Amino acid sequence: MTKNHDNSGEYFYSGDEACAAGAIAAGCRFFAGYPITPATEIAETMSERLPEVGGTYMQMEDEIASMAAVLGASWGGVKSMTATSGPGFSLMMENIGLGAMLETPCVVVDMQRAGPSTGLPTLTGQGDMMQAKWGSHGPYSIIALSPASPQELFDLTIKAFNLAEQYRVPVLVMSEEAIGHIYEKVTVPPESKITLTQRRKPKVSQKEYLPYAPDADLVPPMAVTGDGYRFHVTGLTHDERGYPVMTAEAQHKLVRRLVDKIENNRKDIYSFEETFTKDADVVVCSYGISARVASIAVQQAREIGIKVGILRLITVWPFPSEKVKQLALNVRAFVVPEINQGQIALEVERAAGGYAKTILVPHMGGTVHNPEVILEAIKQAAR
Amino acid sequence: MNTTSTETLKHPLEEYLRVDRLPHIWCPGCGLGMILGALLRSIEKNKLDIDKTALISGIGCTGRAAGYVKMDSFHVTHGRPLPFATGLKVAKPDLKIIVLNGDGDLAAIGGNHFIHAARRNVDMTVVCVNNFIYGMTGGQLGPTTPTKAQTTTSRQGNAEHPFNLPFLAGACGAVYVARWTASHVRQMERAFSEALNKKGFSFVEIISPCPTYYGRMNEQATGLDQMRYYSYHSTVKHGANLADIDITADGQIIVGKFIDIEKPYFPLPQGETDGK
Repeated sequence: MTKNHDNSGEYFYSGDEACAAGAIAAGCRFFAGYPITPATEIAETMSERLPEVGGTYMQMEDEIASMAAVLGASWGGVKSMTATSGPGFSLMMENIGLGAMLETPCVVVDMQRAGPSTGLPTLTGQGDMMQAKWGSHGPYSIIALSPASPQELFDLTIKAFNLAEQYRVPVLVMSEEAIGHIYEKVTVPPESKITLTQRRKPKVSQKEYLPYAPDADLVPPMAVTGDGYRFHVTGLTHDERGYPVMTAEAQHKLVRRLVDKIENNRKDIYSFEETFTKDADVVVCSYGISARVASIAVQQAREIGIKVGILRLITVWPFPSEKVKQLALNVRAFVVPEINQGQIALEVERAAGGYAKTILVPHMGGTVHNPEVILEAIKQAAR
Repeated sequence: MNTTSTETLKHPLEEYLRVDRLPHIWCPGCGLGMILGALLRSIEKNKLDIDKTALISGIGCTGRAAGYVKMDSFHVTHGRPLPFATGLKVAKPDLKIIVLNGDGDLAAIGGNHFIHAARRNVDMTVVCVNNFIYGMTGGQLGPTTPTKAQTTTSRQGNAEHPFNLPFLAGACGAVYVARWTASHVRQMERAFSEALNKKGFSFVEIISPCPTYYGRMNEQATGLDQMRYYSYHSTVKHGANLADIDITADGQIIVGKFIDIEKPYFPLPQGETDGK
């Protein structure tokens, strides 16, 4: 049933298609979803590709069920994902929380459109960035990536699966309609050049296995259902045996670890790209499509002699606070264009710790920024 | 003092129960112990490979059952055991999947998942423990509360019409549908056996006492009163017309096996395309 799925070569892909290609290359063999613009093409492509590689596409009754099925499949030992947009992302929050609590590796792609509510279904936005971090109730930590091209959407989808398996956490790919629907060249490397992280298996006998006894990096090895470990897992606060324990002590021990396994390892997790920051007086800090648009404004500003650089966030959560702080000590101001009313700008401002000013360039969505608006903000910051 | 004889006493279902988690949290007079006991005995009688059996439950009193069984078991979000179990079954088709739901979990918050899992005819056994009320949260009106019954959110009597769950399951495509009460221990055990041996979506509703809330507020103050009511007011009607088996606050409870058919199920066995 499983045939060779080495699809290496050069393709003219939309972001959505590149995402699906990345998922297949990453070893994803289960997709559960619900049709939603502008993520539908990911589902359609997965429905075609998965049966070719022995996987299963399931169209669920809603996004709540989609997220639940993704978690169930992951506990069956299969790399699993879903893809959605704002309204569906909201519905998935409940079981993203369960995924964090049960420590279930999986990937959720959010092709952001302009909200709130139904908003502009076919037009771009970046309004779900804080929801990605805080959307489910209770304290927990999560990983979120932000690609700026179809090629990067391919690459980061693979990375998302690797991080999910390494840290046993749902990983969010926070893309946008503008990236999902743009067509560009995408290079799919040969299988042998793609590094995949495999799930950490229990190292002890079935009788000794404790589902939530962590290794030194705070991540517990994970058994597959049906392999004789006879484990119990629960969304209730639990101990290392997976048994519910209703005390503040158990809550502290568990939730502290859920947060620390991401935050303590953040320097291994986060990645960013710096351009022209060495001599910069002003740094544009942005992500996804907005970082691409901002690079036009940065070029124009450089041409008129403003020393401006870009810090492009590739990992948005955990937030690279150390990097921003380090830049803040040397620059006058950060300019943060994003297609919302100011979400990541708040993080930049927090991380800058008062050493540099933060200038938000908000945009409510429907289009990307006009680069001239960003250029104006850069000029203002340089004054 | 000689204590050796008591030390060797073992729970008859020790192979299947996490005895280190006992005593359980269920109230005296609750039907859940009897139902879980009957389910585990039918697993034992059918010699199911316990390593290849997974039990999934949601939130509420019934939801706690997953925590007491010594098999791969999942206590997930409210109403979501069915889609979680569907994903698990697709990933590991050799697993025997059992889902235990309360009536609120299955028919209210999880109602959409119930009708769709039945429509897909997902190969799993679903047991609904129906006690007509939200027990864990203190006795509120639910989707199966009989009309006129009192709850903490229907002090004047329930003005709504309840779900007839076997009718719903049958209409949506379940291949096995039965209803018994917690007082029908042997019939319940047989129904579980039949359901576990069925390929496709098998559904067993068990009417179960909740003396703490439903009974106390509806003139059946103890578990015994409720069990007595079930014994005196149940009528066995195998193959009954499902449209005729609504439950009322003080009427007959029609029990029996209503549907037992074959049809293509999901996921298809490896290499097969017609589901047979």
